[in-house]
Amino acid sequence: MESSISIRDLSLSFGAVKVLRNLNIEIGQGEFLVLLGSSGCGKSTLLNCIAGLLDVTDGQIFIQGKNVTWAEPSDRGIGMVFQSYALYPQMTVEGNLSFGLKNAGMAKDEIKKRVARAAEILQIEPLLKRKPAALSGGQRQRVAIGRALVRDVDVFLFDEPLSNLDAKLRADLRVEIKRLHQRLKNTMIYVTHDQVEALTLADRIAIMKGGNIQQLASPNEIYNKPANKYVADFIGSPSMNFLEGVIDISGAPQFNSDVMSFDISGYEFVDGPTGGPAWFGIRPEHIVTGELLANAPVQFDAEVELVEPMGSDTLVWAKVEGVPMHFRMDGQAEVRSGDQMRIGFDPARANIFNKETELRI
Amino acid sequence: MADTAVHPAASSEPRGPKPRKKLSRNNIIIYGTLLVVAFYYLLPLYVMVVTSLKGMPEIRLGNIFSPPVEITFEPWVKAWSQACTGLNCDGLSRGFWNSIRITVPSVIVSIVIASVNGYALANWKFKGADAFFTILIFGAFIPYQVMLYPIVIMLREIGLYGTLWGLVIVHTIFGMPILTLLFRNYFTSLPEELFKAARVDGAGFWRIYFQIMLPMSLPIFVVAMILQVTGIWNDFLFGVVYTKPDLYPMTVQLNNIVNSVQGVKEYNVNMAATLLTGLVPLVIYFVSGKLFVRGIAAGAVKG
Repeated sequence: MESSISIRDLSLSFGAVKVLRNLNIEIGQGEFLVLLGSSGCGKSTLLNCIAGLLDVTDGQIFIQGKNVTWAEPSDRGIGMVFQSYALYPQMTVEGNLSFGLKNAGMAKDEIKKRVARAAEILQIEPLLKRKPAALSGGQRQRVAIGRALVRDVDVFLFDEPLSNLDAKLRADLRVEIKRLHQRLKNTMIYVTHDQVEALTLADRIAIMKGGNIQQLASPNEIYNKPANKYVADFIGSPSMNFLEGVIDISGAPQFNSDVMSFDISGYEFVDGPTGGPAWFGIRPEHIVTGELLANAPVQFDAEVELVEPMGSDTLVWAKVEGVPMHFRMDGQAEVRSGDQMRIGFDPARANIFNKETELRI
Repeated sequence: MADTAVHPAASSEPRGPKPRKKLSRNNIIIYGTLLVVAFYYLLPLYVMVVTSLKGMPEIRLGNIFSPPVEITFEPWVKAWSQACTGLNCDGLSRGFWNSIRITVPSVIVSIVIASVNGYALANWKFKGADAFFTILIFGAFIPYQVMLYPIVIMLREIGLYGTLWGLVIVHTIFGMPILTLLFRNYFTSLPEELFKAARVDGAGFWRIYFQIMLPMSLPIFVVAMILQVTGIWNDFLFGVVYTKPDLYPMTVQLNNIVNSVQGVKEYNVNMAATLLTGLVPLVIYFVSGKLFVRGIAAGAVKG
């Protein structure tokens, strides 16, 4: 498949500060790519480079096979949605939607048709005559999406579009964006720091840190087979448990730390069993209790320190042989701090990283 | 009813808004000080107004604080149309129209240029923009006196010395540093994403300026206008240096009226002339005060 956007050796520096380091990404037609990372990782900068709002220091950007590295933002065939909506305050919704089309010198009845179509898709028809100040946050973001929609572009760029909304509205609009993508089948690049948005929306996720891409893979792979410790720690809420120790492969593979040691035979090593100092990671939701212990080859006794009931489930912070661990239990679980309980997990679901390189082994 | 019986003390317990004493010590100090200060500043104005409404015989009695026994507008009329300044005896009216002809173009030209400057500096970072801005701001700290004579020569060379347009150019140039700073800071404070969105929408330098930035910038234009109108209207130095007696602005004429040494000192005419000269800045303050505080960018970003 021909790629929709191709980023080749892209670098960007502000003076001595390297914000993006030699990035290479190929994005397929109609793909939904999420750029995920904590603040300052360069994800918004990368989006701005793709949009043409920032000049790159080195490298090339191709959109639909055309080299747009030097092209103006409006000539790149992109639409962009901003975190703060960035609606023109003195124009009506209709004015906001048609501003770009007027600039392109489009005929009036064609503009009207396009605005009507976008308004219909986003269900903002009754709002067309209003000013942005008279709209709620969700409505404003819908208009902002509409502004990208009317331009009939191949690529949509979203810069943390939902971050300013409250939790419920965010969840609603998230579903709407996904629906929009299924209907329009445009290529979309979506920047966020919210891993739930990333996991739910993306075809592929690029996790960024310090201007580098840590891992570019499907949500499933990112969650189940993180490429390094940073990704493993970043994805998942609450984050993964990590144990420090040494892998011993003299016999059946074994994990040994100062206070515990257990068999990890079920674990699939990347390049066959590898020994040496390592981080052993296990997700809170992969630690089981009660009847499920039957399927857990590795088991410990834990002492409960703190319980966080969250309705649908309960988060338990406990100590195993003096090592802190947290895990998820059913929402109805009756646990109190001070309780002793048996926990366990299957090493097949674990993640093991080299101590030095922090890469998955 | 049963409730009050159970809690008999309820009415005296603290509940609802906390009562505030009107005549607390703090209030007396605050309002007392304000009254004294207001009185201190208003007294000279009061003296000027009553004196300008008296006839000369009444002034000679020496009761400067007493209100006029017989109100007369004669001094105002004389100040406006008959008072003598040097050779001309047509009052302040000539200076008033000169000042208008100087102030209006100076204010418009300087604000137009400075707003575009500020917009370019805030949003279109060009190479050397920071250096340019630093030099411009540095200009605000150079004392005017240093540049008086070089500018005389420059104006003479381009044939504008002694003309109204020469003075307009001088005012425009000297207003540039502070106005550019004002506009740059204001445009920087507007959400950057708005500018980015307009660029994605295909708007260029001027279209963004006129259709996006300008409609959101009324407050800062009012501030700039107030600064420039009062500054240029009250200017004396440039007016006296760069124009000829025929073209003297109102302030210079006022000085010539008040400081004329021949004949009797007509205090009432002097007071009326001074009040007339100060009227324009005062009106500007009163009229534009409301616009000063109005926020325009509402609804642009998250609400």
